[in-house]
Amino acid sequence: MAPDDLRDLIARSAATIAAHEEELTSLDRAIGDGDHGANMKRGFSAVAEQADALAGLPLGEALQKAGMTLIMKVGGASGPLYGSLLMAMGKALPDGGPADLAGVAAMLAAGVEAVKARGKSDAGAKTMLDVLVPLARALQSADAGTAAAAAIATARRTADEALAATRDMKATKGRASFLGERSIGHLDPGARSSALLVHAACDFLEDRS
Amino acid sequence: MTDCVAIVIVSHSLDVARGAADMVREMVGNEVPVAFCGGNPAGGLGTDVAAIQAAIESVYRPKGVALLVDLGGAETNSEVAIELLPEAMRGHVTICNAPIVEGAVMAATEAAGGASLETVRATAEEFLS
Repeated sequence: MAPDDLRDLIARSAATIAAHEEELTSLDRAIGDGDHGANMKRGFSAVAEQADALAGLPLGEALQKAGMTLIMKVGGASGPLYGSLLMAMGKALPDGGPADLAGVAAMLAAGVEAVKARGKSDAGAKTMLDVLVPLARALQSADAGTAAAAAIATARRTADEALAATRDMKATKGRASFLGERSIGHLDPGARSSALLVHAACDFLEDRS
Repeated sequence: MTDCVAIVIVSHSLDVARGAADMVREMVGNEVPVAFCGGNPAGGLGTDVAAIQAAIESVYRPKGVALLVDLGGAETNSEVAIELLPEAMRGHVTICNAPIVEGAVMAATEAAGGASLETVRATAEEFLS
Protein backbone atom coordinates (compact mmCIF):
# COMPACT_ATOMS: atom_id res chain seq x y z
CA MET A 1 0.00 0.00 0.00
CA ALA A 2 1.31 3.44 -0.89
CA PRO A 3 2.25 5.58 2.14
CA ASP A 4 -0.44 8.17 1.33
CA ASP A 5 -3.07 5.43 1.15
CA LEU A 6 -2.15 4.04 4.53
CA ARG A 7 -2.15 7.54 6.01
CA ASP A 8 -5.64 8.04 4.55
CA LEU A 9 -6.93 4.74 5.95
CA ILE A 10 -5.58 5.54 9.42
CA ALA A 11 -7.06 9.06 9.33
CA ARG A 12 -10.48 7.76 8.27
CA SER A 13 -10.48 5.09 10.99
CA ALA A 14 -9.48 7.55 13.70
CA ALA A 15 -11.98 10.14 12.43
CA THR A 16 -14.93 7.75 12.46
CA ILE A 17 -14.12 6.59 15.99
CA ALA A 18 -13.75 10.21 17.17
CA ALA A 19 -17.01 11.22 15.45
CA HIS A 20 -18.88 8.40 17.19
CA GLU A 21 -17.22 8.66 20.59
CA GLU A 22 -20.43 9.79 22.28
CA GLU A 23 -22.49 7.08 20.65
CA LEU A 24 -20.04 4.33 21.67
CA THR A 25 -19.95 5.69 25.19
CA SER A 26 -23.71 5.77 25.51
CA LEU A 27 -24.06 2.23 24.13
CA ASP A 28 -21.42 1.11 26.62
CA ARG A 29 -23.07 2.97 29.46
CA ALA A 30 -26.24 0.97 28.84
CA ILE A 31 -24.63 -2.47 29.17
CA GLY A 32 -20.97 -1.96 30.10
CA ASP A 33 -18.95 0.61 32.01
CA GLY A 34 -19.23 3.57 29.66
CA ASP A 35 -15.60 3.86 28.62
CA HIS A 36 -15.64 2.35 25.13
CA GLY A 37 -15.88 5.67 23.29
CA ALA A 38 -13.09 7.38 25.21
CA ASN A 39 -10.88 4.28 25.16
CA MET A 40 -11.23 3.72 21.43
CA LYS A 41 -10.68 7.40 20.72
CA ARG A 42 -7.52 7.44 22.81
CA GLY A 43 -6.19 4.33 21.05
CA PHE A 44 -6.97 5.41 17.51
CA SER A 45 -5.72 8.96 18.16
CA ALA A 46 -2.43 7.43 19.28
CA VAL A 47 -2.28 5.40 16.06
CA ALA A 48 -3.11 8.53 14.02
CA GLU A 49 -0.25 10.37 15.70
CA GLN A 50 2.09 7.67 14.41
CA ALA A 51 0.63 7.77 10.90
CA ASP A 52 3.75 9.18 9.25
CA ALA A 53 6.00 6.54 10.80
CA LEU A 54 3.52 3.76 10.04
CA ALA A 55 3.05 4.90 6.45
CA GLY A 56 6.73 4.27 5.74
CA LEU A 57 6.52 0.63 6.79
CA PRO A 58 5.40 -2.43 4.83
CA LEU A 59 1.67 -2.90 5.52
CA GLY A 60 2.14 -6.03 7.61
CA GLU A 61 4.59 -4.31 9.91
CA ALA A 62 2.45 -1.19 10.09
CA LEU A 63 -0.58 -3.24 11.16
CA GLN A 64 1.44 -4.98 13.86
CA LYS A 65 2.83 -1.72 15.15
CA ALA A 66 -0.61 -0.08 15.17
CA GLY A 67 -1.95 -3.13 17.03
CA MET A 68 0.71 -2.78 19.71
CA THR A 69 -0.14 0.91 20.07
CA LEU A 70 -3.79 0.04 20.69
CA ILE A 71 -2.75 -2.55 23.28
CA MET A 72 -0.60 -0.02 25.12
CA LYS A 73 -2.86 3.02 24.89
CA VAL A 74 -6.50 2.00 25.11
CA GLY A 75 -6.65 1.10 28.80
CA GLY A 76 -9.62 -1.27 28.50
CA ALA A 77 -10.22 -4.75 27.11
CA SER A 78 -10.87 -3.29 23.65
CA GLY A 79 -7.14 -2.43 23.41
CA PRO A 80 -5.87 -6.02 23.52
CA LEU A 81 -8.84 -7.18 21.44
CA TYR A 82 -8.46 -4.71 18.56
CA GLY A 83 -4.68 -4.85 19.02
CA SER A 84 -4.68 -8.64 18.61
CA LEU A 85 -6.89 -8.28 15.53
CA LEU A 86 -4.47 -5.91 13.80
CA MET A 87 -1.35 -7.76 14.91
CA ALA A 88 -2.63 -11.11 13.64
CA MET A 89 -3.80 -9.54 10.37
CA GLY A 90 -0.36 -7.99 9.95
CA LYS A 91 1.37 -11.29 10.61
CA ALA A 92 -0.90 -13.11 8.16
CA LEU A 93 -0.34 -10.56 5.42
CA PRO A 94 1.72 -11.95 2.54
CA ASP A 95 4.66 -9.88 1.32
CA GLY A 96 3.40 -7.29 -1.11
CA GLY A 97 -0.10 -7.22 0.34
CA PRO A 98 -3.13 -9.41 -0.31
CA ALA A 99 -3.32 -10.40 -3.97
CA ASP A 100 -7.09 -10.75 -4.14
CA LEU A 101 -10.31 -10.99 -2.18
CA ALA A 102 -9.37 -14.44 -0.87
CA GLY A 103 -6.16 -12.93 0.47
CA VAL A 104 -8.06 -10.19 2.30
CA ALA A 105 -10.51 -12.75 3.67
CA ALA A 106 -7.70 -15.01 4.90
CA MET A 107 -6.00 -12.07 6.59
CA LEU A 108 -9.19 -11.02 8.31
CA ALA A 109 -9.91 -14.61 9.36
CA ALA A 110 -6.48 -14.80 11.01
CA GLY A 111 -7.26 -11.59 12.88
CA VAL A 112 -10.65 -12.88 13.99
CA GLU A 113 -9.09 -16.08 15.35
CA ALA A 114 -6.71 -13.94 17.43
CA VAL A 115 -9.63 -11.94 18.87
CA LYS A 116 -11.39 -15.19 19.79
CA ALA A 117 -8.28 -16.45 21.55
CA ARG A 118 -7.63 -13.17 23.36
CA GLY A 119 -11.24 -12.77 24.45
CA LYS A 120 -11.79 -16.50 25.06
CA SER A 121 -15.00 -16.00 23.15
CA ASP A 122 -16.77 -16.58 19.86
CA ALA A 123 -19.75 -15.30 17.90
CA GLY A 124 -23.04 -15.31 19.80
CA ALA A 125 -21.82 -13.74 23.04
CA LYS A 126 -22.82 -10.18 22.04
CA THR A 127 -19.36 -8.82 21.33
CA MET A 128 -17.31 -7.39 18.46
CA LEU A 129 -16.98 -10.97 17.22
CA ASP A 130 -20.64 -10.87 16.23
CA VAL A 131 -19.66 -8.46 13.48
CA LEU A 132 -16.20 -9.77 12.67
CA VAL A 133 -17.05 -13.48 12.43
CA PRO A 134 -19.93 -13.04 9.92
CA LEU A 135 -17.82 -10.55 7.98
CA ALA A 136 -14.88 -12.96 7.67
CA ARG A 137 -17.26 -15.75 6.71
CA ALA A 138 -18.98 -13.63 4.05
CA LEU A 139 -15.68 -12.60 2.48
CA GLN A 140 -14.32 -16.12 2.59
CA SER A 141 -17.37 -17.55 0.86
CA ALA A 142 -17.48 -14.90 -1.87
CA ASP A 143 -16.70 -16.12 -5.38
CA ALA A 144 -13.13 -15.58 -6.50
CA GLY A 145 -14.38 -13.44 -9.39
CA THR A 146 -16.41 -11.05 -7.22
CA ALA A 147 -15.85 -7.47 -8.33
CA ALA A 148 -14.39 -5.08 -5.77
CA ALA A 149 -17.58 -3.00 -5.65
CA ALA A 150 -19.71 -6.06 -4.95
CA ALA A 151 -17.32 -7.28 -2.26
CA ILE A 152 -17.42 -3.88 -0.58
CA ALA A 153 -21.22 -3.85 -0.69
CA THR A 154 -21.28 -7.34 0.85
CA ALA A 155 -18.92 -6.22 3.62
CA ARG A 156 -21.07 -3.20 4.45
CA ARG A 157 -24.34 -5.13 4.41
CA THR A 158 -22.92 -7.99 6.46
CA ALA A 159 -21.55 -5.61 9.08
CA ASP A 160 -24.84 -3.70 9.35
CA GLU A 161 -26.99 -6.81 9.63
CA ALA A 162 -24.61 -8.44 12.08
CA LEU A 163 -24.53 -5.31 14.23
CA ALA A 164 -28.33 -5.09 14.27
CA ALA A 165 -28.52 -8.74 15.32
CA THR A 166 -26.57 -8.01 18.51
CA ARG A 167 -29.56 -6.06 19.84
CA ASP A 168 -31.54 -9.20 20.66
CA MET A 169 -28.58 -11.18 21.95
CA LYS A 170 -27.91 -11.88 25.59
CA ALA A 171 -24.36 -11.02 26.62
CA THR A 172 -22.32 -13.90 27.96
CA LYS A 173 -18.89 -12.25 27.82
CA GLY A 174 -17.44 -9.08 29.25
CA ARG A 175 -18.99 -6.64 31.65
CA ALA A 176 -22.37 -6.81 29.88
CA SER A 177 -22.69 -10.48 30.91
CA PHE A 178 -23.30 -9.30 34.49
CA LEU A 179 -26.61 -7.92 33.26
CA GLY A 180 -27.79 -11.25 31.83
CA GLU A 181 -31.27 -10.84 30.34
CA ARG A 182 -31.12 -7.07 30.84
CA SER A 183 -28.40 -6.85 28.18
CA ILE A 184 -31.08 -7.78 25.61
CA GLY A 185 -32.46 -4.81 23.66
CA HIS A 186 -29.18 -2.88 23.38
CA LEU A 187 -26.68 -2.86 20.53
CA ASP A 188 -23.28 -4.10 21.60
CA PRO A 189 -20.74 -1.22 21.69
CA GLY A 190 -17.85 -3.41 20.50
CA ALA A 191 -19.94 -4.65 17.58
CA ARG A 192 -20.77 -1.02 16.80
CA SER A 193 -17.13 0.08 16.80
CA SER A 194 -16.24 -2.89 14.59
CA ALA A 195 -19.00 -1.98 12.13
CA LEU A 196 -17.79 1.64 12.11
CA LEU A 197 -14.28 0.51 11.22
CA VAL A 198 -15.60 -1.79 8.48
CA HIS A 199 -17.42 1.17 6.92
CA ALA A 200 -14.31 3.36 7.22
CA ALA A 201 -12.27 0.71 5.41
CA CYS A 202 -14.99 0.38 2.74
CA ASP A 203 -15.10 4.17 2.25
CA PHE A 204 -11.36 4.13 1.80
CA LEU A 205 -11.46 1.29 -0.73
CA GLU A 206 -14.28 2.90 -2.72
CA ASP A 207 -12.57 6.25 -2.98
CA ARG A 208 -9.32 4.63 -3.99
CA SER A 209 -10.80 2.56 -6.81
CA MET B 1 14.34 -15.00 55.40
CA THR B 2 11.72 -17.05 53.55
CA ASP B 3 11.46 -16.55 49.83
CA CYS B 4 7.84 -15.56 49.22
CA VAL B 5 5.66 -15.41 46.15
CA ALA B 6 4.99 -11.74 45.35
CA ILE B 7 1.54 -10.20 44.91
CA VAL B 8 0.53 -7.68 42.24
CA ILE B 9 -2.82 -5.91 42.52
CA VAL B 10 -4.34 -4.51 39.30
CA SER B 11 -7.49 -2.40 39.55
CA HIS B 12 -9.26 0.04 37.25
CA SER B 13 -8.79 2.51 40.10
CA LEU B 14 -5.41 3.42 41.57
CA ASP B 15 -7.16 4.16 44.87
CA VAL B 16 -8.67 0.67 45.00
CA ALA B 17 -5.33 -0.92 44.12
CA ARG B 18 -3.48 1.13 46.73
CA GLY B 19 -6.14 0.41 49.33
CA ALA B 20 -6.03 -3.32 48.69
CA ALA B 21 -2.22 -3.24 48.98
CA ASP B 22 -2.54 -1.33 52.27
CA MET B 23 -4.88 -4.01 53.60
CA VAL B 24 -2.42 -6.74 52.67
CA ARG B 25 0.42 -4.96 54.47
CA GLU B 26 -1.75 -4.28 57.50
CA MET B 27 -3.13 -7.81 57.77
CA VAL B 28 -0.20 -9.89 56.56
CA GLY B 29 2.86 -7.73 57.11
CA ASN B 30 5.68 -6.56 54.95
CA GLU B 31 7.51 -9.80 54.24
CA VAL B 32 5.42 -10.49 51.14
CA PRO B 33 6.40 -8.15 48.30
CA VAL B 34 3.32 -6.31 47.03
CA ALA B 35 3.07 -4.07 43.98
CA PHE B 36 -0.05 -2.37 42.67
CA CYS B 37 -1.22 -0.31 39.74
CA GLY B 38 -4.46 1.21 38.50
CA GLY B 39 -5.76 3.67 35.97
CA ASN B 40 -5.55 3.87 32.20
CA PRO B 41 -2.60 5.42 30.33
CA ALA B 42 -4.37 8.81 30.44
CA GLY B 43 -4.87 8.69 34.20
CA GLY B 44 -8.61 7.88 34.18
CA LEU B 45 -10.26 4.68 35.34
CA GLY B 46 -8.94 1.65 33.47
CA THR B 47 -5.75 -0.35 33.27
CA ASP B 48 -2.43 0.17 31.54
CA VAL B 49 -0.46 -2.73 30.06
CA ALA B 50 2.90 -0.98 30.53
CA ALA B 51 2.13 -0.14 34.16
CA ILE B 52 1.06 -3.72 34.87
CA GLN B 53 4.25 -5.01 33.30
CA ALA B 54 6.33 -2.57 35.37
CA ALA B 55 4.51 -3.58 38.57
CA ILE B 56 5.20 -7.26 37.92
CA GLU B 57 8.87 -6.62 37.14
CA SER B 58 9.25 -4.47 40.28
CA VAL B 59 8.52 -7.44 42.55
CA TYR B 60 9.47 -10.31 40.25
CA ARG B 61 11.18 -13.34 41.73
CA PRO B 62 11.52 -16.88 40.31
CA LYS B 63 9.41 -18.19 43.19
CA GLY B 64 6.49 -16.53 41.44
CA VAL B 65 4.16 -13.56 41.17
CA ALA B 66 0.39 -13.84 41.76
CA LEU B 67 -1.86 -11.20 40.17
CA LEU B 68 -5.20 -10.14 41.59
CA VAL B 69 -7.27 -8.16 39.11
CA ASP B 70 -10.68 -6.56 39.07
CA LEU B 71 -13.09 -6.34 36.16
CA GLY B 72 -12.86 -7.27 32.45
CA GLY B 73 -10.12 -5.18 30.90
CA ALA B 74 -7.89 -5.56 33.95
CA GLU B 75 -7.74 -9.28 33.26
CA THR B 76 -7.25 -8.95 29.50
CA ASN B 77 -4.59 -6.29 29.91
CA SER B 78 -2.85 -8.36 32.61
CA GLU B 79 -2.74 -11.35 30.26
CA VAL B 80 -1.09 -9.18 27.62
CA ALA B 81 1.35 -7.72 30.16
CA ILE B 82 2.41 -11.25 31.15
CA GLU B 83 2.93 -12.21 27.50
CA LEU B 84 5.14 -9.15 27.03
CA LEU B 85 7.44 -10.13 29.92
CA PRO B 86 10.85 -11.63 29.14
CA GLU B 87 10.37 -15.33 28.38
CA ALA B 88 12.21 -16.48 31.49
CA MET B 89 9.70 -14.65 33.72
CA ARG B 90 6.49 -15.53 31.92
CA GLY B 91 6.00 -19.00 33.37
CA HIS B 92 6.34 -17.73 36.93
CA VAL B 93 3.50 -15.21 36.81
CA THR B 94 -0.17 -16.12 37.10
CA ILE B 95 -3.56 -14.44 37.42
CA CYS B 96 -5.75 -15.62 40.31
CA ASN B 97 -9.44 -15.96 39.53
CA ALA B 98 -10.50 -14.38 42.82
CA PRO B 99 -12.05 -11.18 44.19
CA ILE B 100 -9.35 -8.54 44.26
CA VAL B 101 -9.33 -7.54 47.95
CA GLU B 102 -10.15 -10.88 49.58
CA GLY B 103 -7.99 -12.70 47.05
CA ALA B 104 -5.01 -10.44 47.68
CA VAL B 105 -5.19 -10.91 51.45
CA MET B 106 -5.65 -14.70 51.16
CA ALA B 107 -2.86 -15.01 48.58
CA ALA B 108 -0.48 -12.93 50.68
CA THR B 109 -1.29 -14.91 53.82
CA GLU B 110 -0.44 -18.12 52.01
CA ALA B 111 2.62 -16.57 50.37
CA ALA B 112 3.97 -15.40 53.74
CA GLY B 113 4.40 -19.03 54.77
CA GLY B 114 6.62 -19.70 51.76
CA ALA B 115 3.99 -21.56 49.71
CA SER B 116 4.44 -22.24 46.00
CA LEU B 117 2.75 -20.09 43.37
CA GLU B 118 0.25 -22.88 42.63
CA THR B 119 -0.72 -23.10 46.31
CA VAL B 120 -0.99 -19.33 46.63
CA ARG B 121 -3.29 -19.22 43.65
CA ALA B 122 -5.41 -22.14 44.88
CA THR B 123 -5.84 -20.45 48.26
CA ALA B 124 -6.88 -17.15 46.69
CA GLU B 125 -9.36 -18.96 44.45
CA GLU B 126 -10.98 -20.78 47.38
CA PHE B 127 -13.04 -17.66 47.83
CA LEU B 128 -14.97 -18.64 44.74
CA SER B 129 -16.08 -22.01 46.05
